[in-house]
Amino acid sequence: MSKAKNRMADTVLFVVLVLLALVFLAPILIVLMNSFKSKLFISNQPFTFPSGETFTGTENYSTGIMKIKFFQAFGYSLFITVFSVLGITLVTSMLAWYITRVKGKFTSMVYYLLVFSMIVPFQMVMFTMSKLANMLHMDNPVGIIVMYIGFGCGMSSFMFCGFIKSIPIALEEAAMIDGAGPVRTFFQVVFPMLKPTAVTVSILNTMWVWNDYLLPYLTIGNDYKTIPVAIQYLRGGYGSVDMGAMMAMLVLAMVPIIIFYFSAQRFIIKGVVTGAVKG
Amino acid sequence: MQKALKKYFVLFALPGLICFCLAFLIPMAFGIILSFCKFSNLTNARFVGLSNYAKMFVDGNFGHAFGFTVLFTLVSTLTINVMAFTLAMLLTRGLKGTNVFRTIFFMPNLIGGIVLGWIWQVILNGILMKSGVTLVSNAKYGFWGLVFLVNWQNVGYMMVIYIAGIQNIPSDLIEAAQIDGAGKWIMLTNVIIPSIMSSITICTFLTLTNGFKLFDQNLALTAGDPGKTSEMLALNIFNTFYGRNGFEGVGQAKAVVFTMIVAAIALTQLRITRGKEMES
Repeated sequence: MSKAKNRMADTVLFVVLVLLALVFLAPILIVLMNSFKSKLFISNQPFTFPSGETFTGTENYSTGIMKIKFFQAFGYSLFITVFSVLGITLVTSMLAWYITRVKGKFTSMVYYLLVFSMIVPFQMVMFTMSKLANMLHMDNPVGIIVMYIGFGCGMSSFMFCGFIKSIPIALEEAAMIDGAGPVRTFFQVVFPMLKPTAVTVSILNTMWVWNDYLLPYLTIGNDYKTIPVAIQYLRGGYGSVDMGAMMAMLVLAMVPIIIFYFSAQRFIIKGVVTGAVKG
Repeated sequence: MQKALKKYFVLFALPGLICFCLAFLIPMAFGIILSFCKFSNLTNARFVGLSNYAKMFVDGNFGHAFGFTVLFTLVSTLTINVMAFTLAMLLTRGLKGTNVFRTIFFMPNLIGGIVLGWIWQVILNGILMKSGVTLVSNAKYGFWGLVFLVNWQNVGYMMVIYIAGIQNIPSDLIEAAQIDGAGKWIMLTNVIIPSIMSSITICTFLTLTNGFKLFDQNLALTAGDPGKTSEMLALNIFNTFYGRNGFEGVGQAKAVVFTMIVAAIALTQLRITRGKEMES
């Protein structure tokens, strides 16, 4: 009796969860559906399927791709994300090892400054940082990588430091006694052990850099538009937005994210949780 | 080993420190100094004392944005955490398909704020159209629109943190409570919630700070319309910097105040988590 009741409850629960999952997926599906509709019909009937009259095929996609130079934006986003993430992971793991293993006033001051930088919102430095980038001629896709490394330094170093503190120094000392210099010790002994943290750091930074809007908008937004900047640019100055092109570009913007998610889902969820708990 | 490593300062520490100085330390230091100056770029600053701070509240928008942000942050923190905790409870009962549900609920979290804002603009405008209004007819629509948006974005994220917390509760604790005849409600309030206090702290503060710092979603969903009434603090600071000539200093002063508030929230969290760790 109670077993049957339990099974009933489980079935009800399952149905509720399925409905909720549909609610969660609906926004993405609605955008996908509308991306095939003529722009005139998106604002006033967003919840109907494209039909003979409203269906436009891939026209929104071709207009949108032309309007915001989507593939160029994709290229900039990809370039900046890949090299920023590689840079952050390498540079901060080395920095973290140095400031954890070399004890002194200077290194502990650096550590506290890095931790402090984690809580400072971007608005605090956005004006001065973008002007500085401009003055130093770093307002290009290569220069912005330096800015990402610098602004991402805090959280990533903090996570690496936490992990390095937990690994026994004896292993490193043994490698050094065997004649390995700091460079070999780091790359052959320390870095392999840091791998789980490196994965977490890379995933968190990929999500941040890929989706970031303000930093690229302020520093390189005029000449090099990343995907979020290009999408917001569709809004233009005043007046109407081409909603058809907008829907199509939203779909194209989500495709890489969804592919990334499904190819590394386990790592992503785990990485984000560890990041939240440690940060 | 310290000695050997110290010689490699240039290779190990310097690259990171240079980037950190360029992107953070120097802009931060200049930012604080410039909040006491009148300027339009880094080279024409003129000291004006505290007048930027005094001007912050003159147009009334900053005060309004502050109230809007605080209210939004409180409402969204509450709704996200209640939803996320409920889902986490449902997904830790060993039902089939749990992983698929978890994957789906988490997915919106990967989508960037600008894209999220536009997705929800279309959907919410479509719904509101039936009553003859749009998201920018009145700030209350923008407010609740943002609440919906951040719920969709963050519920899955907080849910996985709660799931991790719930799964870490020792099973003998649950069994002991069951043997003692604890009902479902007692189990929830006296066993489960106290055991996952650290997850609750993390999620509360993540949603608090994220809510307070929200920018991209605000920009893409309503851009502060109508007439800056749905403008949050971060967008207000941005508009002060780039919307009005001669107000860069005021923008910087607002940014300093904003930073202090965010830092206060973060430090409170740190103190609470530190305290908890001591206890256990």
